[in-house]
Amino acid sequence: MRETQKRGGRRLAMLLLLAFTVVFLGAVVWLGDAWQGTALATDFTRKNLSPCLTYPFGTDWMGRDMFARTVAGLSMSIRIGLLTACISAGIAFLMGLMAAVMGRFADGMIGILIDLVLGIPHMLLLILISFACGRGFFGVVAGVSLTHWASLARLLRGEVLQLKESQYIKIAERLGKGRLYVAFWHMAPNLLAQFVTGLVLLFPHAILHEASITFLGFGLSPEQPAVGNILSESMQYLVTGKWWLALFPGLLLVLVVLLFHYIGQAACRLIDPGSTHE
Amino acid sequence: MEKEILGIEHLSVSFIQYGKGLTKRWLYAVEDLSLLVHAGEIVAVVGSSGSGKSLLAHAVMGLLPYNGRMEGKIWFDGEPLTQKRAAKLRGRELFLVPQNVSYLDPLMRVGEQVMGKRPSPSLRDTCRKVFAGYGLDAQVGEKYPFQLSGGMIRRILISTAVMGTPKLVIADEPTPGLHPEAARRVMGHFKELAAAGAGVLLITHDLELALMTADRVAVLYGGRMIEEAPASVFTDETNLTHAYTRALCRSMPKNWDADGERLCDTGDILLYMRKEYGR
Amino acid sequence: MEKFKQNRICRGGVWVGRQVLRAAALIVLVSMLAFFLVSVSPIDPLQTNVGQAALGSMSREQIERLEAYWGMDIPPVERYLSWGFDFLSGDMGISLLYRRPVAEALAERLGNSIWLLLFAWVFSGILGLSLGILAGRKRGGFIDRLVTGLSLLIASTPSFWVAMVLLLTFAVQLKWFPIGFGVPIGMASQAVSLPDRLYHAALPAAALSITGISSIALHTREKMIEVMESEYVLFARARGESETQIILRHGLRNILLPAVTLQFASVSEIIGGSVLVEQVFSYPGLGQAAVTAGLGGDVPLLLGITVLTAAVVFSGNLAANLLYHVIDPRIRRGASG
Repeated sequence: MRETQKRGGRRLAMLLLLAFTVVFLGAVVWLGDAWQGTALATDFTRKNLSPCLTYPFGTDWMGRDMFARTVAGLSMSIRIGLLTACISAGIAFLMGLMAAVMGRFADGMIGILIDLVLGIPHMLLLILISFACGRGFFGVVAGVSLTHWASLARLLRGEVLQLKESQYIKIAERLGKGRLYVAFWHMAPNLLAQFVTGLVLLFPHAILHEASITFLGFGLSPEQPAVGNILSESMQYLVTGKWWLALFPGLLLVLVVLLFHYIGQAACRLIDPGSTHE
Repeated sequence: MEKEILGIEHLSVSFIQYGKGLTKRWLYAVEDLSLLVHAGEIVAVVGSSGSGKSLLAHAVMGLLPYNGRMEGKIWFDGEPLTQKRAAKLRGRELFLVPQNVSYLDPLMRVGEQVMGKRPSPSLRDTCRKVFAGYGLDAQVGEKYPFQLSGGMIRRILISTAVMGTPKLVIADEPTPGLHPEAARRVMGHFKELAAAGAGVLLITHDLELALMTADRVAVLYGGRMIEEAPASVFTDETNLTHAYTRALCRSMPKNWDADGERLCDTGDILLYMRKEYGR
Repeated sequence: MEKFKQNRICRGGVWVGRQVLRAAALIVLVSMLAFFLVSVSPIDPLQTNVGQAALGSMSREQIERLEAYWGMDIPPVERYLSWGFDFLSGDMGISLLYRRPVAEALAERLGNSIWLLLFAWVFSGILGLSLGILAGRKRGGFIDRLVTGLSLLIASTPSFWVAMVLLLTFAVQLKWFPIGFGVPIGMASQAVSLPDRLYHAALPAAALSITGISSIALHTREKMIEVMESEYVLFARARGESETQIILRHGLRNILLPAVTLQFASVSEIIGGSVLVEQVFSYPGLGQAAVTAGLGGDVPLLLGITVLTAAVVFSGNLAANLLYHVIDPRIRRGASG
């Protein structure tokens, strides 16, 4: 068949948008880190200010700059989100490979473990794990990492089962290559695309759940500038009409998560164009 | 000569495909094809499998997928066949007999699918008669596709075309997977349709079958037509103009010996074609 | 034939039995996991509940009695077994925070939550399904873009913040709804009338429903696109069926099976969301109890809630599996045709 090749018209636009997104998120992480001090600075002469030019997100009852606090909090949330998503994806990858390498019994056990984790509502399992770890930073990281691997592991396990049936894996096995060798040299590379998209798609969930668990009081301690803490604190001032304390930090959080969702979709499209051609 | 039912002028059908890193390209399944089908006539379009010939059928029916496009002109019964007109004529005068069971809704009884919307008693009656004509029990209509054999599915697919009074029937690869005897029977059904006055466009990869059934045969290579001639011409390859068709003709099973060894020499025709057509 | 039929029914019975056993086994495993997690916790139930000062002023004997009560001197496996058997016989222990049997507290909390959960489950299911079908009808169309965008936005918004925004707008600013609590303050829960209950549950239910929509809508959309671009829909078009007919006859029929799975799978998500939403609205339900129990170190209550919700989730999965087998003709009729 004849082909006519054309550069995708949206290619450039998409790459530009992607670059902008990454730069924006990078800036949030970096600025938030740099503003740790500003975020904590209290000044009672400027307390409870509603949003203005100097303080776009207003100030709270201790006169802290809410914009600086929010950015610092988001920076923390993004970093925890990235960390936990990576750990989670790593667990999923190992589980998927183990299902292939360690035979039927291990495969069955992993299947049950996946069902188990998916069977307990996310937030409840998060509470339980955070409780087991004595709350705090470690509790959040362990909680979010240990609750997000299951669906990706199920996906990778399915892929592994399919790969096991493929001709070249069978040949490699017949050639006497060890199971571990086959798993890491022949299977792992084939799982890479699935793994990377799965990892990127985990980011937004990890960030959201970090914020949620901290909001409930199981996560980062109240002194730390985390988005969950900011929003949880703002609950006490909702009724007294200080709406900006809840609205702007929340909006910025939604924007950040939305951008991570966008990066995930873009990654899917770049890596596996067959699945979404519009 | 009978009246022209279908006229295809310089038809190209292509679909878009996305490659790595967001590149996209148009793949041409059919390129610059012109063809006539008269009432009562069977015209076969022969091309190698997997070359997207189905898209030709879908284009005529006005059913290209969202990532497909077509150029050129199609005439039906003396008037241009627009998308709108095709939509109106589908299932009334314009019929498609698809390839296989995946064209039947897996969760719907086949009778319901053959009859379409709310069946009236008269429609049920027609259905029973049509089924009987193809040697199918009336009960078959109560079954789901997964409960039927390949041969039955094939007959059910053909029977959908007889539910109305077809002027044109497009058959898209109606025989793969059938043994020769069954395939001949299926072809017999298409001959009956043509005898009843319908034009039949038979799309297939099987030249022998096409020659057995069709009045005229068009041979496609890589989506382009390289030869069009009455079926009778193909009996003697010296009448054919194109080297590829001659080779194709020579390689038909009737020219094989008992061991399935080819007696003929197709030479380096495939190499030649690749050089000439770039694929 | 008769024998064959009996055989099939018998096999069906075995299958159902195995599914039920599997669900039961998973619930037991959940209880083990939960028990393990609360056992390794460094948070000391004695200290959080009785308090450091109180402990200091107690006599050695009293502390020992308390420790025996909490089972601190018994090895964990034995503790799990005794807890498990008590649990099965209906004795779920005493809630430390509410100072009453866990079973009682759970029953009351569940009674408050169940309508909230049911409403959100049904409403988000119907809305998500309809939006998904509308979007998937035509890939890349205006409605598709709108629904996909909306779903993505919802998926990016934490459910507690949705709850906060609703609270801020409709309760604080517009004063249409109460600020929180399942019942008016100072009223015995039995005395509350149904309209009052609904009035108090409206905003939490709305927040919970909104959160549940996105995943159902997106998954239904994907399935619907698959159906609409399938070969059997192409052939239905070729037979002259109209778009409406195709959606009603083929679309709904083929979307039904995945929709059932999806709907029952969303049970877990809705319960998870209720933990956050109830917290924002101080709604005295199961979710809020989970947070209180977790923060207060109320181990018996936390265990009770975990096992109860897991039981609900696995029953949901079981129901989906059974329903699947009843609906799908390919399984229902077997290869008997």
